[in-house]
Amino acid sequence: MVERRPLATAISHFVLILGVIIIAFPLYITFVASTHTSQDIVQVPMPLLPGPHLIENYTHAIQGTSGSAASTAPVGHMMLVSLISALVIAVGKIAISLLSAFAIVYFRFPGRTFFFWAIFVTLMLPVEVRIGPTYQVVSDLGMLNTYAGLTVPLIASATATFLFRQFFLSVPDELVEAARVDGAGPMRFFWDVLLPLSRTSIAALFVIQFIYGWNQYLWPLLVTTDESMYPVVMGIKRMISGGDAANDWNIVMATAILAMIPPALVVLLMQRWFVKGLVDAEK
Amino acid sequence: MASISLRNLVKRYGHGPNANQVIHGVNAEVQHGEFVVIVGPSGCGKSTLLRMVAGLEEISGGEIAIGSRVVNTLEPAERDIAMVFQNYALYPHMSVFDNMAYGLKIAKVPKDEIKTRVDKAAKILELGHLLERKPRELSGGQRQRVAMGRAIVRQPQVFLFDEPLSNLDAKLRAQTRLEIQKLHRELGITSLFVTHDQVEAMTLAQRMIVMNGGHMEQFGTPEEVYHQPASTFVASFIGSPPMNLLQHAPGARPGTLLGIRPEHLDVGSEGWEVVVDTVELLGAERLIYARLGGEPLIVRVEEGALAPRPGDTLHVAPRENRLHWFDADSGKRL
Repeated sequence: MVERRPLATAISHFVLILGVIIIAFPLYITFVASTHTSQDIVQVPMPLLPGPHLIENYTHAIQGTSGSAASTAPVGHMMLVSLISALVIAVGKIAISLLSAFAIVYFRFPGRTFFFWAIFVTLMLPVEVRIGPTYQVVSDLGMLNTYAGLTVPLIASATATFLFRQFFLSVPDELVEAARVDGAGPMRFFWDVLLPLSRTSIAALFVIQFIYGWNQYLWPLLVTTDESMYPVVMGIKRMISGGDAANDWNIVMATAILAMIPPALVVLLMQRWFVKGLVDAEK
Repeated sequence: MASISLRNLVKRYGHGPNANQVIHGVNAEVQHGEFVVIVGPSGCGKSTLLRMVAGLEEISGGEIAIGSRVVNTLEPAERDIAMVFQNYALYPHMSVFDNMAYGLKIAKVPKDEIKTRVDKAAKILELGHLLERKPRELSGGQRQRVAMGRAIVRQPQVFLFDEPLSNLDAKLRAQTRLEIQKLHRELGITSLFVTHDQVEAMTLAQRMIVMNGGHMEQFGTPEEVYHQPASTFVASFIGSPPMNLLQHAPGARPGTLLGIRPEHLDVGSEGWEVVVDTVELLGAERLIYARLGGEPLIVRVEEGALAPRPGDTLHVAPRENRLHWFDADSGKRL
């Protein structure tokens, strides 16, 4: 819109500022809460300015030395678990989707359409729907409390396959033919031509899938019983005891802030690529 | 010696009675070092024919030999050919140098040899200062030259061009046409060049194949094709404006067609009596659209000659030695 009317400008600013406040205020409260002692937070009214206990709280959280009634697993380790799972899920998803999209687009084999639709149909079956049978399989394979159990069932991805398929379809056929004339075999073409062209899509998907992996809650809740395999998102919940005892809200809030940092970092660092991958198709 | 032999070449899509046949038994022998243009209207199978030679389309019947080697089942890379595509098909993420070097890299040519060859090709095509650029930073004409460079560095037996000039503007097209001619003179590599543009065909070809509906209508030098067209199709496809084809010309036997080019009709005091419909001035010459009996007839005259007006009656005399006779049913030359 190139309209310039003061009232419209004022209204749009008002709406945007309101939106920012709605999103940012809880984050601010979380941060403020993570800098006070647990007694200070439960006062009414709650303090709205940062307190002096920032370093102390975060140290307790990371090392798991708060002495709370609920779970006191060290957040540092949980973040490591989360990081490994999210990375494995993101990288695994991208690798598998790239290869399956490559197979579907560039090879003529019997049942090609069938396999494409079979992959496509799994869009209707997210983990939550098939959680019972998947749990059965994972537990029978002895993968409970392992990284494999945390990641493998989440790796297959119809969305990413579909995205790469659409991208590959938009790559001109002449490029494939030029590569054939140049003597590049299928894998060589994939590696030398297709992959570099997909860079931006890969980056965009990485961001999306990393956050998806990081935010997993339900699945880890099922397959991990050992504190040393808790991812951080689940760890936050475990820190809140069900009303029997006072919660160390300051530590919980510190953990929440810590859990938000890596996804935010990934988005910030890859923002340029991310937007490029979603917006333009560089060909 | 890299001649190209096409023997009874057939291309079908699909199987059985419903198969769609697009190439109907083409036979042609291209000599070593010859520049042959394949020309025809859209959908006549000319690109398919070229792609079969390249190995990008399977061959349904017949044989293709490059040199003495039958290449029917060989991969494109094994046929010792290089191809220039219509949209250039440059790898967008590679520099000009890498684009040209890619085929050699795969063929495991030593690094310094690659560099020598690319530099040499770049020098021929005046691309030396662009080697580090990406294709998107180049103009259409420069991309076209890179595509040719990629073909040259491979030092193939055969060059295949698939309408490489159709994405260039008119001026650049004429210039590139000259460059391709020069290149062919310098390198002397057997070339097949597909185009739908008859000017390109006439100017570039040493010999040309005129295709229509998957059939080869004529294979000959531009002079032969122009002066002795093998069929009414060739007669009307090559030449602008096309040859006049008359069914009821004075002196024509029933079942035959008389062909006469617009420039081989002389306006004078005797000959056929025609009525003028329209007159067009093309600069150096005028086209007179007239009717002979009921049939349309185009006459080309010098710009300096007196311009008739619509409705005028003229006498035009055909030059006897420039008459072409065709069979009315088959369209073949008699």
